Amino acid sequence: MIHRFLPLIVTIAVLVVGFLLCALQFPNFASLRVVGNLLTDNAFLGITAIGMTFVILSGGIDLSVGAVIGFTTVLLAVLIEQGGWDPPAAFAAALLAAALFGAAMGAIIHVFRMPPFIVTLAGMFVARGMAFVLTTDSLPINHPLYGELNDVAWRFDGGGKLSLPAMVLLVVLALAVVLAHWTRFGANLYALGGNRQSAELMGVPVARTTVAVYTLSGLLAGLAGIVFSLYTGAGYSLAATGVELDTITAVVIGGAQLTGGYGYVLGTFAGVLIQGLIQTYITFDGTLSSWWTKIAIGALLFVFILLQKGLLAAWTGRGGEPAEA
Amino acid sequence: MTLPLPGPAPGLLRALPQYGALAAVLLANWLLFPDFFSIRLQDGRLFGSLIDVLNRGAPVALLAIGMTMVIATRGIDLSVGAVMAIAGAVAATMTQAGWGLPAVLAASLGAGLLCGLWNGLLVALLRIQPIIATLILMVAGRGVAQLITEGQIVTFVSPGLAAIGSGSFLTVPMPVVITAALLAVTALLVRATALGLMIEAVGVNRLSSAGAGVNTPVVLVAVYVWCGLCAAVAGLIVTADIRGADVNNAGLWLELDAILAVVIGGTSLLGGRFGLLLSVVGAAIIQAMNTGILLSGFKPEFNLIVKAAVLLAVLLLQSPALTLLLPRPKGARPPLGPPLGPPLGPAKRESGSVKP
Repeated sequence: MIHRFLPLIVTIAVLVVGFLLCALQFPNFASLRVVGNLLTDNAFLGITAIGMTFVILSGGIDLSVGAVIGFTTVLLAVLIEQGGWDPPAAFAAALLAAALFGAAMGAIIHVFRMPPFIVTLAGMFVARGMAFVLTTDSLPINHPLYGELNDVAWRFDGGGKLSLPAMVLLVVLALAVVLAHWTRFGANLYALGGNRQSAELMGVPVARTTVAVYTLSGLLAGLAGIVFSLYTGAGYSLAATGVELDTITAVVIGGAQLTGGYGYVLGTFAGVLIQGLIQTYITFDGTLSSWWTKIAIGALLFVFILLQKGLLAAWTGRGGEPAEA
Repeated sequence: MTLPLPGPAPGLLRALPQYGALAAVLLANWLLFPDFFSIRLQDGRLFGSLIDVLNRGAPVALLAIGMTMVIATRGIDLSVGAVMAIAGAVAATMTQAGWGLPAVLAASLGAGLLCGLWNGLLVALLRIQPIIATLILMVAGRGVAQLITEGQIVTFVSPGLAAIGSGSFLTVPMPVVITAALLAVTALLVRATALGLMIEAVGVNRLSSAGAGVNTPVVLVAVYVWCGLCAAVAGLIVTADIRGADVNNAGLWLELDAILAVVIGGTSLLGGRFGLLLSVVGAAIIQAMNTGILLSGFKPEFNLIVKAAVLLAVLLLQSPALTLLLPRPKGARPPLGPPLGPPLGPAKRESGSVKP
């Protein structure tokens, strides 16, 4: 049992130790304010990464999520500012559009048996392209409800607060853990990612599960887009460029395997926070240049992959698996 | 072209979607812009829209050459854009520091080789999945490039280096000449020797090819090193063209364009048979579309959507699943792959591990 959870435990331990080291160096670090900001700043990344975790668990990948976030922010800005829509209606429209977009990609992947990498790459171009077609400008959103939503927060003593984006992230996390581990859909997902043929023979509804998982990823990317537009108060077609890679990195640091069938949503959450922690550390330090963030995350990725390989070899008593694209 | 033809059984028929797509895009450009095919000689260099397509398409074509072989081994290299940035940063920083052209070129290409070697070792020896192994350098690479330039845009004055980007050789722009030369050398290396066959064997089934005596680690390291080298050449051209290293933007997202070119060229992401020339044709299709959209006066915003549509169309045309979708005799099932190892057909993607 402990074996199964070892990568997850290691990731969480790295997060805790990292946080303690930061706290030792900077006395102000260990405060609710820093933790609250960590959650708020990484809320959209975390929500997207949770969707990505499900896709990766099923043995696929979704490169379109960053573009879907960008598209959602633009769609919201256009609907609210130019179309005069109420934000809740615009939110619903954006979520529906993002979910349908994901469903379409899932259907193409399943029906035409095309590699998810290429289909979602095309999806990335389409979503980014549609955002460009709507507008290439950065549109501010000035609706009063945006200000009210940004003021919603659960405040603590000492200046810390849990903002609305952070709350959304935590709710999504809780729902995702339940979905992955206590529902039939979750079981199907792990089976599909472990071995598609066996899953098919066992009677897992492969078509439905594949379409559902890309729909879920699209939906969560749409939700992340809403959170991102709240966070920045604007819609911009180039928003969230490269987020797909940040989320994949978080999933890998979180201990999931890109071949599918193994990984935990909670691990991904820790992976997102570790990336955020590195950024916060560099901000606190003030003398380190921003490029050290990238190098540190790359190095961390390397160490985690080696660790996973080592653990895998240790349990199974054999070398790593043959590489797969 | 008298270059060795790609693929063991090339056949114009198999390459019809690619050449057809290129012809269609060029034709569309010609209809929108009647002067498209006109080429004129000025100051000893050819000018014209068609030349422009080739010239601007050169970096992606170079990346596609290296990427083709990586993909043929069932791998992928996400780091080429970052490697371009590193090679450019090395070249610009050393030129600014007063080094001579030979040393600059050697160091810049050497940096690309080292990056490729790192990727290759991770994939071949540590057996990390290529997509994650190269993700490491993709994430960290641009940071390394910023470290080299100390976060600044390094500009330089060096007629020798600048000639690589904007000079010409026998009236043909230098980037086009370099791309053609690298394509010829690569084609010779893989088609005049057994290397190409070994690359395809590793891509189809790594275990079986190892069993058949192919030194799979060496083949794998070799293709990633070559891919790194191609990326470094592309980085040099971009840096030489703008006479400076902008590490934040050099080669940004070009890895995706390169993968796109390879896939449009008909090489399967599942490894095996590959076509070098067709990948370059794929790069030309992408660039011809970009140029066409610019010339036509359409908003460049439509560029990405058109690109996605062409990608899906070309993929659908060659999708083996299309034949699977056709009605088959009652009770017949699509073939389940062989019991050991990944199936040969590209229609199914398996991720199960192989027990020895």
